[in-house]
Order: sequence, then structure tokens, then C-alpha cells
Amino acid sequence: MTQLYALTIGELAPLLRDREISAVELLDAHLRRIEAVDPKVKAYLRLTPDLARAQAADADRLFQAGAAGPLTGIPVAIKDVLCVEGVETTAGSKILAGFKPPYEATAIARLRAAGCVFLGMTNCDEFAMGSSTENSGFFPTHNPWSLDKVPGGSSGGSAAAVAAGEAVFGLGTDTGGSIRQPAALCGVVGMKPTYGRVSRYGLIAFASSLDQIGPLARSVTDAALVLSAVAGPDPNDSTCFDRPLDLSQLEAGVRGMRLGVPKEYFEVAGMQAGVRESVEQALAALEGTGAELVDVTLPHTDYGLAAYYIIAPAEASSNLARFDGVKYGLREARAESLMDTYLQTRRQGFGAEVRRRIMLGSYALSSGYYDAYYLKAQKVRTLIKRDFDAAFEHCDAVVSATSPTVAFEIGAKTGDPFAMYLNDVLTLGGNLAGLPGVSLPCAPAGGLPVGLQVLAPQFREDVALLVARAYEQAGGARAEVARVA
Amino acid sequence: MPEAGDWEAVIGMEVHAHLKTASKMFCGCSTDYLGKPPNSNVCPVCLGLPGVLPVINRRAVELCLKSALALNCEIQPSTKFDRKNYYYPDLPKGYQISQYDLPMSRNGWLEVDGRRVGITRVHLEEDTGRLVHAGDRLESADRSYVDLNRSGMPLMEVVSEPDLRSAAEARDFAMALRGILRAVGAGEADMEKGQLRSEANVSIRPRGSEELGVKTELKNINSFKALFNAVEYEIKRQARELEAGRQVVQETRGWSEPERRTFSQRSKEVAQDYRYFPEPDLPPLAFAPAWIAELRSSLPELPAARRERLVSESGLSEYQARLLAGDLEVADYFEELVRRGLKAQPAANWLIGEMLPRDEPLSVPVAETAELLKRLEASAINREQARAVLDQLYETGKPVAELAAGLEQISDAGALADVIDAVLAANPQAVADFKAGKEAAVGPLVGKVMQATGGSANPKLARDLLLERLRR
Repeated sequence: MTQLYALTIGELAPLLRDREISAVELLDAHLRRIEAVDPKVKAYLRLTPDLARAQAADADRLFQAGAAGPLTGIPVAIKDVLCVEGVETTAGSKILAGFKPPYEATAIARLRAAGCVFLGMTNCDEFAMGSSTENSGFFPTHNPWSLDKVPGGSSGGSAAAVAAGEAVFGLGTDTGGSIRQPAALCGVVGMKPTYGRVSRYGLIAFASSLDQIGPLARSVTDAALVLSAVAGPDPNDSTCFDRPLDLSQLEAGVRGMRLGVPKEYFEVAGMQAGVRESVEQALAALEGTGAELVDVTLPHTDYGLAAYYIIAPAEASSNLARFDGVKYGLREARAESLMDTYLQTRRQGFGAEVRRRIMLGSYALSSGYYDAYYLKAQKVRTLIKRDFDAAFEHCDAVVSATSPTVAFEIGAKTGDPFAMYLNDVLTLGGNLAGLPGVSLPCAPAGGLPVGLQVLAPQFREDVALLVARAYEQAGGARAEVARVA
Repeated sequence: MPEAGDWEAVIGMEVHAHLKTASKMFCGCSTDYLGKPPNSNVCPVCLGLPGVLPVINRRAVELCLKSALALNCEIQPSTKFDRKNYYYPDLPKGYQISQYDLPMSRNGWLEVDGRRVGITRVHLEEDTGRLVHAGDRLESADRSYVDLNRSGMPLMEVVSEPDLRSAAEARDFAMALRGILRAVGAGEADMEKGQLRSEANVSIRPRGSEELGVKTELKNINSFKALFNAVEYEIKRQARELEAGRQVVQETRGWSEPERRTFSQRSKEVAQDYRYFPEPDLPPLAFAPAWIAELRSSLPELPAARRERLVSESGLSEYQARLLAGDLEVADYFEELVRRGLKAQPAANWLIGEMLPRDEPLSVPVAETAELLKRLEASAINREQARAVLDQLYETGKPVAELAAGLEQISDAGALADVIDAVLAANPQAVADFKAGKEAAVGPLVGKVMQATGGSANPKLARDLLLERLRR
């Protein structure tokens, strides 16, 4: 029989409901799996077994009382940027070592209320800045399908945990592709909602105008279920909107839908032939189930990366100013003066990539350069939004690869930040335009997972998920649990 | 180089005022932070913990807009918040949420000493926390503590045009502004409590010149008197510098109350770059014209209008009216006295002369003051006695009826006759002076009578009786 840790939420729900298994048994299966494979994968920064056991026991009581919901008892992996009350949350950074938030992220509070079981905090690039999880302040995570490869990033820990059967689903955050790209590289489903769909309260900010929380799961319907649980307005986040989210028609199929194929997304630098082939096969499969493929154009694609790497670091330079050694986290106490305390604390607490982005961002915002950099980047952002608006006049969703490449060797790109940034070239447009996007596995290339990305208009998570679900059903690749060897 | 004294001061004000809301600018913490133990009036948002987000306090926006309307400003149809980035331990996020290039309002004016002073802008921001230094001085403190109780207090900034020309005008501007803020209910604006913080930008130039001189920014001013003194000192200091052939350095200068001088705090030669950019955690605001109209129509009578009314209705002098109308509570107190049947002039004089100079001038219930003034008006007691009763009122809070019992003014000529005889007999020199034509000599004699009666004689009667006897 299939191991409990390899099942989806959809498969587990009837087992739990009919009490063929208990939430405690499900938790134990995951803890055993983590014990077995995490020394190799290193998806988790820290586990919370005591909290998980208490939550699993509570879940079982709910099942007994017949008061359980669709996520009750389901074990989840939480990216280390999402504050869990009383649990050390560090954003993958030494500067926050030991920080236990006295409050909880809204998305986490909603999962807690839904009866989920919190397995622990997963590794990520420091402050979510990176595409390989190698920028973690603690250690790199390994791709469960090929342990010498990266899992992608920055939500690499959550993606790897889901791919390795170390959690049924995970929560990640996506600022330029940080959910979708690791989902692609680890062969799981990742969803970035419309900007403002999920409250950012309690998400340790990287770039406030781009960050979104979303699920990583092993099926499209699982992702939809989790999204429904965490989405919705929050009085604590003024950028979070109140719009209906109807995910009840995901099985409707794509017959008659028009799927836009942006030629620019197939011509980006570094696009691997295997990835391209796999995505083209997936498009053909969607066409085979009744979708119409239409050519669309996103002419400002080339400028997206530059705009992103000004806007995101600019916001980050401000968001990360609070880590100054005064109030919490690391403090370099040997410093001689206030200025020294700042300099030494931040030099020792932040890794090289974070320091690089703070410098980039501070420069872009500084007097005399603001217009040439930050303001210009915001104008490019507007143009990219208009590109998508124009494309969506001709299609219901835009389909492409999620990442130009499959998972690469650990260490291969750490010396070349620009090569690393190119990983996000197909995903960051969705963040700049605030769009919902899904990545789901299509046919592997060279034995490694490939991601198919579906982008939909703002507020139309239902469209993105419906297309993804149609491909999943049409015999596309299914997210599976890696053997880990 | 102009001759000594031939300078014109050019002064612009930047005033920060706490707004009277129940909760802080961007979180639910109470604004009642004064006197609380350090860091007890805080939450994750005003502590700037990672991951938390600000939420705009609607009431603060409303009070800012009402103040701006009362200052005759144009309300901007849309506005936004920006981040002002700098590092300091009392600034927990490493940035202050403020407003940069799209403030809520612009282009207003405030009447000061009968002249319109331009208001450049009125905007909304959040206050910082406070540093507490061990020991007396920052330079010698071996450690400093951070108290974030004040962090996130709603703060309105009012910036004036450099239209003021003297220390008195600078002070009167701040007082007039306080009057407006109190009238619209925006804040208490108590300078001593740090609810109103005035900074003055001061420069001087040869009288008649149109060019602006190098300015200094005066901070650390905790009262209207200190504002006057600091600006006055600074104008003289700058004149001394220029007259000695030196330059005025553009810098921030603090006011030292004990030393009664300004001192250099921070040179502005290297302008600090605050890297302003739009606050991405808050959506821009657009104001419905109907809401603005509603706020405009809800404005109460403002000090300028009230002053005019006090002159025309109550017959007060400009001076009296300005003093009373400048403070909402004082004006209300005065009008209540008049409503209770007292004559306007004496009531105004009593309020201005006897009550306003005190620490908490309005702590005596208006009914008691009215009672006291009625007795004075009816000559049941004299002014000296009334003053003594007022002292008692402030001290004990007992009713006038009790305090004034037994204090009867001696208004009976028979009862004073013996005293008058005794005083005349004891002061032959004064009597001789009077008879030699020095009529003023009667004054000291009245004083002696008052003294001899323990202050209870009706002074007018005593005077009449003395004159009658002296002229006999």
C-alpha cells in the first residue's frame, strides 16, 4: 500500500473522516519520514513536534466530534518567513536567530483554526532573497529528486519537504517566483495568488508590493483547498482585498478556452531545450483537450528583470532597516558606538546576497538617483502590467515554462548573482503585474522535474487553477513523492 | 554691512501636534501613554516587529483634515504615505511613515496678530519613541534606554511660510495654532506635555533686503515662553555673528532653558538623504468631496470669529478678546460667566488678571467663580477679599458660600468712624500734606484704614469718609 506520507489532502480526507487513520498516526508517519530523509534533504530548519502532537490530538477530537473541516489533521511545512506565535521564526537569517514572535501571521492563524498540524519551519533563502535556497543563513537544502541539485528558491525548503513526503503541503511566499520556481524544480504544484488575495500580516517582508503567500502541494485541488483556507480580507493588512474566490468549478475543463503563448517567454536567455520541449508537449496536451492556443506578445519582458531588481531591493532596503541590533535578534555587543553597533550587527547578521540587495536598493532610492532608477522601474512595471492586460484581451490565461532550466548543481551559480537572477525571468512578470500564477509538473527533462506555468488575470485564481487541473487530468505529469536516494 | 540693529528676522515654523485619537496612528494601542511604565503601551506594530503591517487610523485623518480646513488649506483630492528612512534607536522600523510629495493639504493661512501667515502644508505622520539616557547628559551617559510608548502616536505636521518677523510673532503663531487645534478638537496641544512641538527656522537679513539669509533650525523648545526666548536669542546671536564679520552656519540648534541660549546640535552641511519612497504597505487615499464638505460644515466657531464676536457682542477690547478667544475652554468659561448674568468687562478682567496667570486657571467650577463675582459686583466683599477667597477656592475647593461667610465688607460709616479717627491721629504728616494741597496723600491713609480693618473696609467708603474729614 502507498505510504501515508505520499498521499494528497484529497486522498487523506476520507481516511481521516472515516477514521481509518488518526491524525496522530498521520503525524507519526510524517515524523518518521522526516527522520529518515531530512538528514539528506535538509528541508527543515527546525521541527515543532510538541506543537504538532498537540494539534494532531486536537484534530482527532474534532473528528470524533464530527466537527472536522477539510484541512483538519493535515500536516503542513511552514516557510521560515511566516510568523508562528511562540515558535522561533528567522527568515532564514542569523540576524533573527532566537526570535520568537509574540503574534501570528494571519495565514498561519487561519491554518491553525482549520485544524492543520504544524510540522516545523522550512529552510529558505535569507529573507526570501534567492532562487536556490543556498542563500540560507544556516545551510542549503537539497533537491529530493537529485540530492546534489538545488531545490530552487526561495521557498526551497517547503517545496523539497512536499516533494520528499516530509509534509502533505507547504506554505511559501512568492516575490519574484519564490513559490513557482521551487515547485517547478521539485516537481510539485505551487500557487502564487493575486497580490492582495492573502494577507501579508506576519509575513517577514522582503518586497512589500510584490510578496504573496501561497501553497505548495502535490495536486492542483490540494493547492486550491489551501488557498481557500488562507485567502480573504484581513483588517490587519490594508493591501488585502475582499473579492470573491470561487474555486468550485476547477473540473470544468479547458474546452473553448484560449491559452496565450507568449513568444518572448520561449526565447529567454538560458532556456533549456528539454524544458522547452516538455512545455510544448504540455501545450499540445491542453490543445488536445479542447483549448485553443493563441500567440500573444509581452514586449517588455526584457526589461522586467531590471525593473524587478530595482523595485524589490529598494523596498527590501527599507524593510530590513529594522534589523539593527537594538530590539531583537542578533546584536554585536562589542561595538564601540551606535553606528558601530549598526554596522557590525548587520555585517555579521546578514549574508552576502542580502547585503548586496540592501546596497542596490539604497542606491536606487537615494537622492539624485531616484528618478533614474526607482521611478523608471515603476514606469516599466506599469508597461509590463499593460502588456499582460493587452495579452488577456486575446486569451484567458498565459502558459509558459516556469523556469528556463531544471534544477542545477548546488554551487553552480552562487558565484554569479546575475545568472541566478535569470532563474526568475519567467515568473517575476506575474509579481510585477500582481497576477495569480500556478506552476505544476509537466514531463521531466533528463530525469528532473519541469514546471508548466499558468498565469491568469488579476483575481482569477480560478482560471489559473482550472487550466492547471485540466492539464493534470489530461495525463500530464502528476506530482509524486521522490524516493530520496 | 548694516548698522547694529538694522536687521530683519525671517522666521518659518514647523509645528508637530499629537492628535486626540483613542488609538495610535497605525495600530490599536492607546494614545494615553504619558506616565506609563516604559514599553508597556506597545504592540507588535508600534514596536516594528518583523512582518507586521500598519493600518491607517481614520479618526486621525479626519482630525488632520479638520485642522487643515480650519487653517484655510486646500485639501488634496488624493494623498499617500511615504517612508522616511533613517536609523535611530527610537525609530523601531528604521523608517518613519510620513508624507512627502503628496501631503493631505496645502496653501492655507493662519491669522497672527492681525496678519495672515501662510501655511505651506499640513500632513500626517507617526511619532517616534523616546530615548532615556542614564545620567543627565547624552554625551556622558554610559547607557541609553529605549521607551516606545510614544512610538506610533498620530502626529500632524504644520509647516508655515517664512512670513513671521519677530520672536513675538513666532510665539503668537504657535499660540494661535494651539487655539485652532483645541477649537476643532484635534488635540490638547499642550507644549509642556510634548503634545505641541514647535521648531523655528530663523534667519536674518538687512532690513529692506529681499534675499534670505542662512537659517538655523531651533529645536527642544518646551513652552511658548521658551519659543519666544529661543527665537529672540537666536536673532541676536545671528546679528552678532554677522556684525563680527562671521557667517551663520546652517545647522540645528537646541534651546537650553537653564542656560537661556541656543547651542549647536547638528550641522546640516551634509544633508541627510531620507530615501523617501511611497509606503507600499498602505494604499493611496482619495477623499470623497462629500466627506470633505461634511467636515467643513462640522467645523466649530474658530478663534478669529469668536474674537470678533466677543468684541461686538460683549464689548471687550481687542486685547481682551484675543486673550480669551485664543483658548477654547477659556472662551467657553468666560461666556458662561456672562450667561450667568455677570457684566462682561469685569468678568473678563477678573479672568485675565486673577485666574489665567495661575497654574490650572479653570480648575475652579464656573458656578463658584460666578458666585464670587456676584458678591464682588454687589460690593458685598471688596476685591482684596475676593482675591483671598479665590486663593482658597483653588486650594480647598470649598464653595464660595462657605469661604466668604463672615467676610463682610464694612460699608457702614458709623462702624468705620473710630478707625478713621485713629488713622488720622496716627499720621499727622499725611494730614498736613493733604491740607497743603497734596491730595494724593489720601491714598496711603486709605491703605492704613484697610490695614486696620483687616481688609474688610469698603475702600471707596473709607476714602470718601477720609476726604470728608480732611476737608472739614
